[in-house]
Amino acid sequence: MAELLGFPPQVLFGQLLIGLINGSFYALLSLGLAIIFGLLNIINFAHGAQYMLGAFVAWLGLKFLGVNYWAALVLAPVVVAAIGIVIEKTMLRRLYKEDHLYGLLLTFGLALIIEGSFTHFFGVSGQPYSVPAALSGGNNLGFMFLPTYRAWIIVASLIICFGTWYMIERTKLGAYLRAGTENPQLLQAFGINVPLLITLTYGYGVALAAFAGVLAAPIYSVSPVMGSNLLIVVFAVVVIGGMGSIAGAIVTGLLMGLIEGLTKVFYPEASTTVIFLVMIIVLLIRPAGLFGKEA
Amino acid sequence: MSEQKRDVEQLRVSDLHAFYGESHILHGIDMKVNRGELVTLLGRNGSGRSTTLKSIMNMVGKRTGSIMVNGNETVGMPAHQIAHLGVGFCPEERGIFSSLNVEENLMLPPTVRSGGMSLDEIYEMFPNLYERRMSPGTRLSGGEQQMLAMARILRTGANLLLLDEITEGLAPVIVQTLGEVLLKLKAKGLTIVLVEQNFRFAAPLADRHYLMEHGSIVEEIASHELEEKMDLLNTYLGV
Repeated sequence: MAELLGFPPQVLFGQLLIGLINGSFYALLSLGLAIIFGLLNIINFAHGAQYMLGAFVAWLGLKFLGVNYWAALVLAPVVVAAIGIVIEKTMLRRLYKEDHLYGLLLTFGLALIIEGSFTHFFGVSGQPYSVPAALSGGNNLGFMFLPTYRAWIIVASLIICFGTWYMIERTKLGAYLRAGTENPQLLQAFGINVPLLITLTYGYGVALAAFAGVLAAPIYSVSPVMGSNLLIVVFAVVVIGGMGSIAGAIVTGLLMGLIEGLTKVFYPEASTTVIFLVMIIVLLIRPAGLFGKEA
Repeated sequence: MSEQKRDVEQLRVSDLHAFYGESHILHGIDMKVNRGELVTLLGRNGSGRSTTLKSIMNMVGKRTGSIMVNGNETVGMPAHQIAHLGVGFCPEERGIFSSLNVEENLMLPPTVRSGGMSLDEIYEMFPNLYERRMSPGTRLSGGEQQMLAMARILRTGANLLLLDEITEGLAPVIVQTLGEVLLKLKAKGLTIVLVEQNFRFAAPLADRHYLMEHGSIVEEIASHELEEKMDLLNTYLGV
C-alpha cells in the first residue's frame, strides 16, 4: 500500500489505534468525573486512585483468589464502588454545601493516601497481568495488525459509554439524575430520595473508573501510580468537553485520544502536550467547554 | 362535599419558626386547613408566605414547631418523605427542568397516592402540553411552564397542593384559565394552599385567607368577611 500523507499506513493507523485506545480510557474516566461533578458538585481527584484500585483488585483477585479476568471485570468495579460509597457516606456528604475546593482537597488527600499505601506495599515498578486467553492474538487487517485485546478495549469502552449515556438521557432513573443535577432540593420535595441518588451516583462514577482500571491491567502494568499519570490528562479532557456534559465527556475523550495519536505521527515532540494546548485554545474561545452550557 | 368531610384536618401548622442560616424568617405560624378547602396566604413580598410553603416541604435551613400533614408530624422528616404523605408543591420559580422534555418533567414526580390524574386527563386539561410534549421544558412560554408545573403535581395524586404565586407574570387570559383549573381541582375535593399576590384572582376562589406580615400571621379572614375587612386588607397589602 502506498504512503498516506507521507507516512507508511502502518505507522499512521498504528498511532490512530493507540490514540483510540487512550481515548477509550479518557472517555470512561471523564464520563465518571462528569457524572459525579454534575450531581455532587465535587471534583473527584480520587478518580485516578480508584482506577488504579480497579486494576489492583483484579490483580490481587487473580493472584490470591484465582478470580479470572471476566469475573474481575464485574467484581472489581463492585468492590471499588463499595469503597467509594463508604467514602461518600462518611466524608464527601459533609462537603456538598461548601465550596468546590473542599471536595477537591478531600479527594486529593484520599488519592495520596491510597496511592501512598499501595506504593508502600507493592512498589512503583508495576505488576504484570496477562491478557485473557480468549482475547490474545490478533488479526492482520492488511493495512495494519490489530491485537484482539486492544480491539476489545475500544468495543467495551464504547458499549459502557453508550449504555451510560442511554441510561442518563433516555430512562426514568436518568431523568432523576438530570433533574437532581439542576435542582436537587426541588427533586427531593417531589419525593425522590436525593441523598440515596447521590450515593449511588458516586458509586457508579467510581465503578466506571475501576472498570477502566481492569481494562487497562493487561496492557499497562498494574502500578500504584498508573492513575495519577492519567488523571491530569483526563481533567484536561473534562475541561475541554465542558464540566458536567455526558455526551461531551465521551466524545471529547475519544477525540483527544485521536488527536494525541495523530500528533505522535506528525510531530512526536508535542504528543504529550497537545491536549493541554487544545485545552488552552478551547478555554480562550469557549470558556464553558465544547459541550458545556454557557452560564 | 358534606360538612362532616370538610372538617377533616389536612394540614395543621403550630408555632412554626423557620430559619435560613442566621436569619429568623417565620415567627410562630399557626394555621389549619381542612380537606377540600382553598386557603390563601396574602401579604406583601417578603412577608414570609413562600417561606411558609417551603417550610412545610422542609426546604428551609431549619424549622421548629409542629407541622401535621394528614395526621403525621413532619418536622423531623426528611424532605423526600413529606411528598409521600400526599403533598404536591409548585414553587414560585416554577422549577421546570431544562434538561428534561415536557413529558419527562410531567412524569418526574413519583406517584404519592392513588387517584391522581392520568396522562390523558392531563393532556385533556392542558392541550398545549400535549402538542409540545417532546420540547425541552424551559422552551415553553411562561404560561405553559406554569401549566406544566401544576400538571406535574396533579399526576402524582397529591391531595394537598401548595401553590406559590402561580399567576405571577402571566397574561390575563392565562390567569383566567388557571382560575378555572383551580375551581375544577376544588370540585374534585383537593385541598389547596395558595400564595397569591393577585388578590382579585384569589378572592372569588378562596374559602379563607391568612394575612401575613413580617413572618407572622396577623389576621384570618373568611371569604364572607372580606367586604367588612377591606380596609384592613388595604392597610396590609397596600392595594
